[in-house]
Amino acid sequence: MAESSSISVGSAAAGATRTSSMKRFAQRRSTTAFLLCLPLILLVAVFVIYPAFYAIYLSMLNKKMTAFVGLGNFAFLLKRHTFQLVIFQSCLFAITAVVMKALLGFILAHLMHNIPSGNQKIWRGLLLVPWVIPLALSTLTWWWMFDPSYSAFNWVLNQFGLANVPWLGVGWIARLCTITVNIWFGTPFFMIMYLAALKSVPEQLYEAASIDGATARQKLVHVTLPMMRNIISITILFSLITTFADFDIVRILTSGGPQDMTHVFATYAFQVGIQSGDIPLGASDSLFMFPILACAAFFVLRGVTQRTKEIAA
Amino acid sequence: MSTTTLDARASAKRRKTSLHSQRLWALWGSYAALAVFVVIFLVPPFYTVVTSLKSSAEISAQVGSPWMVNHPTLDNFWYLITYPNFQTYYLNSAMITAVTVVVSMTISVMAAFSLSRMGFWGSQTLSTGVFLTYLVPPSLLFIPLFQIVGMMGLINNLWCLALLYPTLAVPFCTWIMIGYFSSIPRELDEAALIDGASYIQILLKIFIPVAMPGIIAATIFAFTVAWGAFLYPLAYLYTSSQMVLTVGIISDLIRGDVFQWGKIMAACLLASLPPIVIYAFLMDYYVAGLTAGATKG
Repeated sequence: MAESSSISVGSAAAGATRTSSMKRFAQRRSTTAFLLCLPLILLVAVFVIYPAFYAIYLSMLNKKMTAFVGLGNFAFLLKRHTFQLVIFQSCLFAITAVVMKALLGFILAHLMHNIPSGNQKIWRGLLLVPWVIPLALSTLTWWWMFDPSYSAFNWVLNQFGLANVPWLGVGWIARLCTITVNIWFGTPFFMIMYLAALKSVPEQLYEAASIDGATARQKLVHVTLPMMRNIISITILFSLITTFADFDIVRILTSGGPQDMTHVFATYAFQVGIQSGDIPLGASDSLFMFPILACAAFFVLRGVTQRTKEIAA
Repeated sequence: MSTTTLDARASAKRRKTSLHSQRLWALWGSYAALAVFVVIFLVPPFYTVVTSLKSSAEISAQVGSPWMVNHPTLDNFWYLITYPNFQTYYLNSAMITAVTVVVSMTISVMAAFSLSRMGFWGSQTLSTGVFLTYLVPPSLLFIPLFQIVGMMGLINNLWCLALLYPTLAVPFCTWIMIGYFSSIPRELDEAALIDGASYIQILLKIFIPVAMPGIIAATIFAFTVAWGAFLYPLAYLYTSSQMVLTVGIISDLIRGDVFQWGKIMAACLLASLPPIVIYAFLMDYYVAGLTAGATKG
């Protein structure tokens, strides 16, 4: 743009050839640019956008996929007691786990920040292990530790004279177990993100606060937290989405039982859609996740862009 | 007069030592708290190792603490290494992961270069779209994908994963790479343009070498996604010749009510080995990849 306007000031003939060559150049450039993006566009279009619309279409069919039933599947699901449990458990699972992960991650990041940076690497290396092992595999170990007859936790409890706990056999305990595994898996991610954020807070801010006589708590509330707000909200958004859509933990530990009390959207969709073969009902079940996730993403991202603009201004 | 200055000096010294000891307490307190967390975090991996060293007989006739091994044996590992099905799973996982990494990295490096440097009509929208795609979890779309994979005739075919895994890795990799490419000074590619280099040459000869840390981080991400994915293989594969490690272990070593826990744990250990080795050697890149997403967005 800038080039073409400056060129028009020059001699007309030379200007004309130059602009046309510039134009051709720009055209070629944007064509190349588009071609480089084409694989990405195709991938997203075929395997993300098309399936998303296809899911909406599928969700409006009957079980044999022969007739159009409108919103019938959604209405049917909402009336079903099992699905009400699913909604409750998904929200409980996601909110409890994310809050705990955020808190523990924050504490861990501060502890890490306290120790000399030379030693941080080894501690960080040890603390990240839960995040590195593939979740489906580490959940198998948890399952084994929760085993009804050979539970290693129960052995420890017995040593203290306590009775056996039916870890995955009773609804509420099983719910807590799935949440615990998720916290174990996800806390290192929060720690790493917060630690990066803590390191990016300029030391001068703390010095200035100390000179003004700020206490440790005041520094945390008025310096650290405001500086970290964007990273905290992005991390919580990522984690909220992956936790809400979690499949591996619940599927392996409980498969939704006892009495469907630990089912979340993903595992219930799998059971209904793949195992029982009711594809439309499964599709409508997983579509319930969409508005919830979209709302969370919208509000978090709006907040982040607003704050980024404030910083830039 | 002199007493007051002495007093002041003494109190200053006391304050200093108390501050010093406070710092020391905070330091040792931090170490102690971190140690507690490390122990808690490492309980499951530790138990995996312990169980994998036990024979089935020792597990079922549990004597004393389950946290100890009385007769350590490597039989479980030997069984798995010589077990043809397990070899198939390992090979399948390795193949699919390799293909996914290569495909994802090619797609995302090209796209990120184009989005961060060249630009075309709608490229801004596309960048935002890529970020939003990253937020779509696999469990949202696996049912329509089941139908689509079925239409393509790829149900129970290992290679459907090579088509689907890039959708999980590409958005994040593209996003990291946009961040890394944007941090390369524009003078570098302008100089190359003046020297008559084409955009492809700029990408291959300047951007890829300069952004190597970012490429390694993104590659690690693509690797971990492809290696650890569980939902897609569970939903789309059902014969053992087509399975990958994450589902193969569960479907093969758990037969009805018979749990061969020693073998399962040994299999978990062998299957988590590649990510752990990569992590051990490339921890800094691994961490950079994790944090790049949020700090560069």
